[in-house]
Amino acid sequence: MADHDHDHPHDHSELSETQLRVRALETILTEKGYIDPAALDAIVETYETKVGPHNGARVVAKAWTDPAFKQALLKDATAAVGTLGHVSPVGDHLVAVENTPQRHNMIVCTLCSCYPWEMLGLPPVWYKSAPYRSRAVKDPRGVLDDFGVKLAKDTEIRVWDSTAETRFLVLPMRPAGTEDWSEERLADLVTRDSMIGTGLALTPAELAK
Amino acid sequence: MNGVHDMGGMDGFGKVEAEKNEPPFHEQWEGRVMGMQRSMGYAGAWHIDDGRYAQETLPPRTYLAASYYWRWALGMEKNLVERGLVGEDELKAGHSLRPGKKLARRLTKEVVDAGMTRMSFFRQQQGPARFKPGDRVRTVNINPLTHTRLPRYARDKVGTVELVHGCHAYPDSVASGRGDDPQWLYTVVFDGRAIWGPDTDPTLTISIDAFEPYLEPA
Repeated sequence: MADHDHDHPHDHSELSETQLRVRALETILTEKGYIDPAALDAIVETYETKVGPHNGARVVAKAWTDPAFKQALLKDATAAVGTLGHVSPVGDHLVAVENTPQRHNMIVCTLCSCYPWEMLGLPPVWYKSAPYRSRAVKDPRGVLDDFGVKLAKDTEIRVWDSTAETRFLVLPMRPAGTEDWSEERLADLVTRDSMIGTGLALTPAELAK
Repeated sequence: MNGVHDMGGMDGFGKVEAEKNEPPFHEQWEGRVMGMQRSMGYAGAWHIDDGRYAQETLPPRTYLAASYYWRWALGMEKNLVERGLVGEDELKAGHSLRPGKKLARRLTKEVVDAGMTRMSFFRQQQGPARFKPGDRVRTVNINPLTHTRLPRYARDKVGTVELVHGCHAYPDSVASGRGDDPQWLYTVVFDGRAIWGPDTDPTLTISIDAFEPYLEPA
């Protein structure tokens, strides 16, 4: 690729300039002894393969099937999630908020991109984008409309702006018709967006599609 | 600072466009930037709010035009240069030209799991909490040129304390180089109409997490 670029200097796209500058940065930090490239590989691999919305989905499914866990989760989400061995460590500041027929919760970070990484993985581009960050606090129903979600007119909407190190996880409502479902099966209904509050958990019919 | 990063309530950015089956990274370099940021944080090179402030102080046009991880890269370059960890000449050369400074620790492959656990922001309390759940509070009217986590839309507004999160490092102090200055942290909830006016959807409530210096009794 370097030879190709050398032969055609005007072919440099903005992207390849970006790639070169990031590569240079990594080289410098490695040569200085500040970073370990192998650790970078491991971090990237972790977010590509291990940490994602399935972590949060397990927590939600557990809360749907275990009333004592749900109570513990809503009281102190960090401690409650800590009792489950299979999800990544969450740090100290996780708060779970429950959706009910009367109240729908939505999470945003208007100032940057705060997001419960350990529960949901890396935030999607839209979560970090100006349209979401600007509108979620002022016109959450309009935002929900962008996601194809319609709530009853009298449902209270609570928007949580993540302005500190507290991280919020929405506990969506359990869909009807899942009364005899196992925890594992229920987890398949729990979408990333349902745990941010820009979606609802899938219904069994939606899952079957 | 009243920068373009403080987006809550701004109009005109358009619809929220979600990408179906979005990958964790769209380009290979994005993962490298994320890993570097994580590594430098673990090394104690700067605090999370120093990282935020470096991005906030990018020229507004740059901030708005840059993709997410590119903004991280630009902020990281700023912090590296400002702290004397990397020279402008080295960024230009694409190589280290002198030995690095000593950092507290290094995130290696062996300790990467420890580095993935989120740091705690709890700090030793300096005194009792001034507010309790149910208290009516008014947010202060401040417009500092420096870093703050009190968004513009929530300044000089009356709300109710809902949760008390303990004592945390105070971003306004940390990012100004004045240390942790631990402060109590509260979730404060506002009626949507108190923020956006009487025409607002009456079912809307909005909360922020507010450090104690942001609040006065109402």
